Amino acid sequence: MNATTELAGLAATTLQVLAVVAGAPLIVGGMRQVRARLEGRAGGGIGQPWRDLRKQLRKQAITPAGTTVVFGFAPAVVAGSTLLIAAILPLIALGSPLDSAADLFGVVGLLFLGTVALTLAGLDTGTAFGGMGSSREITIAALVEPTILLAVFALSVPGHSANLAAIVSATAEHPGQLVSPGSLLAFVALAIVIIAETGRLPVDNPSTHLELTMIHEAMVLEYAGPRLALVEWASGMRLTVLLGLMANLFLPWGIAGAHPSVLAILIGLVAITVKVAVLAGVLAAGEVFIAKLRYFRIPELLAGSFLLALLAVTASYFFATATN
Amino acid sequence: MSAAHTALHDSPGVPAPDVGSPASGRARGLAVLSGGLTTALGAVGVALGLSVIFGAPRHLRIGWLLPLVGVTFDLGPLGGFFVAATGAVSIAVGIYVVGYAQREHWVRFSLAMLPLFVAAMLLVPAAGSVTTFLLAWELMAAASLVLVLTEHHRGEVRSAGGFYAVMTQLGFAAILLALVVLSAAGRGDAFATIAAHSGGISTGTRTAVFLLTLMGFGSKAGLLPLHAWLPRAHPEAPSPVSALMSAAMVNMGIYGIIRIDVQILGPGPHWWGLTLMIFGALSAVFGVLQASVATDLKRLLAYSTTENMGLITLALGAATLLSSYGAHQVAALAMTAALLLILSHSAFKTLAFLAAGSVLAATGLRDLDKLGGLARRMPGTTVMFGIAALGASGLPLGAGFVGEWLLLQSLIHSPHDNNTLLALTMPLSVGAVALTTGLGIAAMVKAFGVGFLARPRSAAASAAREAPATMMTGMAIAAAACAVFALAPVLLSPVLRQVLAAVPTVGGAAAGPVLGAYLRLPGLAGSMSPGLIAAALLIAVLIALGLARWGGRRRPASAVAPLWACGADSLSPRMQYTATSFAEPLQRVFDNVLQPDTDVEVTHFAESQYLIEKVTYRTLLADPVEQRLYLPVVRAVTTWAQWVRRAHPGSVHLYLAYGALGLLIVLVIAR
Repeated sequence: MNATTELAGLAATTLQVLAVVAGAPLIVGGMRQVRARLEGRAGGGIGQPWRDLRKQLRKQAITPAGTTVVFGFAPAVVAGSTLLIAAILPLIALGSPLDSAADLFGVVGLLFLGTVALTLAGLDTGTAFGGMGSSREITIAALVEPTILLAVFALSVPGHSANLAAIVSATAEHPGQLVSPGSLLAFVALAIVIIAETGRLPVDNPSTHLELTMIHEAMVLEYAGPRLALVEWASGMRLTVLLGLMANLFLPWGIAGAHPSVLAILIGLVAITVKVAVLAGVLAAGEVFIAKLRYFRIPELLAGSFLLALLAVTASYFFATATN
Repeated sequence: MSAAHTALHDSPGVPAPDVGSPASGRARGLAVLSGGLTTALGAVGVALGLSVIFGAPRHLRIGWLLPLVGVTFDLGPLGGFFVAATGAVSIAVGIYVVGYAQREHWVRFSLAMLPLFVAAMLLVPAAGSVTTFLLAWELMAAASLVLVLTEHHRGEVRSAGGFYAVMTQLGFAAILLALVVLSAAGRGDAFATIAAHSGGISTGTRTAVFLLTLMGFGSKAGLLPLHAWLPRAHPEAPSPVSALMSAAMVNMGIYGIIRIDVQILGPGPHWWGLTLMIFGALSAVFGVLQASVATDLKRLLAYSTTENMGLITLALGAATLLSSYGAHQVAALAMTAALLLILSHSAFKTLAFLAAGSVLAATGLRDLDKLGGLARRMPGTTVMFGIAALGASGLPLGAGFVGEWLLLQSLIHSPHDNNTLLALTMPLSVGAVALTTGLGIAAMVKAFGVGFLARPRSAAASAAREAPATMMTGMAIAAAACAVFALAPVLLSPVLRQVLAAVPTVGGAAAGPVLGAYLRLPGLAGSMSPGLIAAALLIAVLIALGLARWGGRRRPASAVAPLWACGADSLSPRMQYTATSFAEPLQRVFDNVLQPDTDVEVTHFAESQYLIEKVTYRTLLADPVEQRLYLPVVRAVTTWAQWVRRAHPGSVHLYLAYGALGLLIVLVIAR
């Protein structure tokens, strides 16, 4: 590997981080617009989240009385961990310099590090809403983690590795594995946990205005101004990178190789943008037709996804045995 | 037990006089002596352990100390590993106890027992023969029991001590029986002799020894269902003692399993590894579930010990199971995971118990429902507990992450070609480990978030003061160890390599994982770099902070504003979520396993039944294993004892008749 190809990998990684930073609010805006149109409203336009962020960033920074540095730094930790995940994942190209530094277990760990930072911030405020949101969020996170790790396991069986580049290139080389029962079950399981982890319907309603039904929003109720901007930005980025991860795990076409040319990087960028936009559109359209679940029905949903993930692993094990 | 009680009653139970008087000077001197001795012993343990890990094994025989057999010490790399780990824990605890013993007015007797307990723990892995091992084991059990009873004037302490005494002695009986059978079959008292003859031991004997040692050592390690002493004794013992017990003594149970069942008799048939994995997984999930609903800070940490010992046993079981199938490469990986988990658990659990001890010394509280707001009153301790909690939750940047990553890698890389047993076991184990990690995060967020952040929930918590310098130093040493495990496991790589080579029954000649700047698995695809992740995360967080400054120049100066109270005047600390309410969703989700006893009592006004005067909510979370398994046994023993009691009503005539009858029976048999 010479310096030029390393530079190309670095350039692709930088580009994908920038694309996530710039594109995440647009994805959120697009989802809101799809919902608005389907519900017969005009909607605020795709650029509305960006306009909101600009407004929030210009506002005065407010520190709620009695909070500690945990509250102050939690948004930066969430946003930072998400940026790092965006740099690790193979979104545009396979050759991220960080790929061998963190496998899928590491990515899941970083994701939870962000969740933990926000739940601690919710508790730090010392309000009933903050504690309520944190308690709910951490309960869902605790139940989501087993499913994510099992789905990771199922996906790492064909590539014999939990490193993302290995998984994605194994799928790209043997597309037949996508229709295997293990892969399909893992897809459904992962879809459910991504919905739960990013706080979408039917687990959480991101546009609710009633504190008692909130999960994520209750936890960040005390944030205002620039910190709120960071929290919103980060949650948009989390949604984007998770959708991107799912897109490339199951539909890896268009992704540039480990030593990409400029054209390959551009194709990769267009491909991932289209994939994430389509997934986000489908998710938003689906949300129109479902209501939020009662909080204590959510564990049933997550237990179902856990079972699917377990079946996925077992199926992929026996499937691998049959072909080898 | 009774000896311990009489000895304790001789010492003064009243608190020592105030600071400044000559007596307090002497108390300080004694505390320094005891702590210094403990630290010195710990330093000797670390030096000795490292010297045998990297150098030649050491032998020592003192023939006159025990009649007939003598005392034999035989320290190899495996024993050295545990000696070094125990020593490292003792160094931190020894420094910490100097400040703690003065704040908590420890009596002289407890101060004297602390170095003795450490010495006994250092002797257990060094023992080279069955007799010496049993002697050191019993010394360790007795010393720890006396230390648990330090605050014997409280009823709960006495009850916990009784529980601990019975269970540790039952465990000892199982170990005694196992080792006696083993030494009879192995034709010798020394472990080396037994190991040399282990090929000739029959399958039946092997099975008996395995089951008995699993019971005895498993109860010391706090594995299900023999864990019940742990959540009782650890919270009631003084915190430095809890740290020693939880971070060093329980490891001895794991040492016993590795030494006897893996090193001497291993790897054994497939079902040995499978049994270890099942008990490990059950302990891990049950322990973490109890920890996530516990409201007593030290009880939470004690259950987390059961959880971690479960994970270690699971890794050990995976290593033996994979070895018995000949998958040496992956088995070496699982064994390294077990060893690393032992070390990292010792580091973060020492730190957690020491931090909990400084909270206890400052506020007198262990109940998370009454704590809170300590971050402002005790910033140093808060940071220390935060590091420990991050380590215990198994997240990146935490001490436990690398060990759990290695364990998961060994589970996903296990071969499964035409092997239904492995194809079923490994996914289920990943599920168990993942559930454990998820719930562990919830438990630690609760402990840190509710206990240290938010606002104080009681007067005692709002009047807390920071721990003295010696206590902070002790915690800082443990925190430094946590940082090494989290960021630079490369420093431990040579130690783990040597110890792995000393247990050739798992892994064979296969090299373990390479713990460099990048963790690499030889022969398997997969890599990770905890240090690089930490550095990259730091850069990413700085970038995020930079992004948030965008447009900052036009922004008004930042201000402090009151919290949102739905338009009411202000919030009172009672409106906060408590540890109980925080864990309530989890308690409801795992209702069937936890079986909480919940009572809601609504009192109406006498005038109208539509107006509520007060609502009382009471919930009791008893350990279901204890309720189902222990209570019937205790009841049966009590009933049986009542029956036997009828035979000795106090009549001397009757006793003489028993004597005569006994003599006649002996004569008839002996004839």
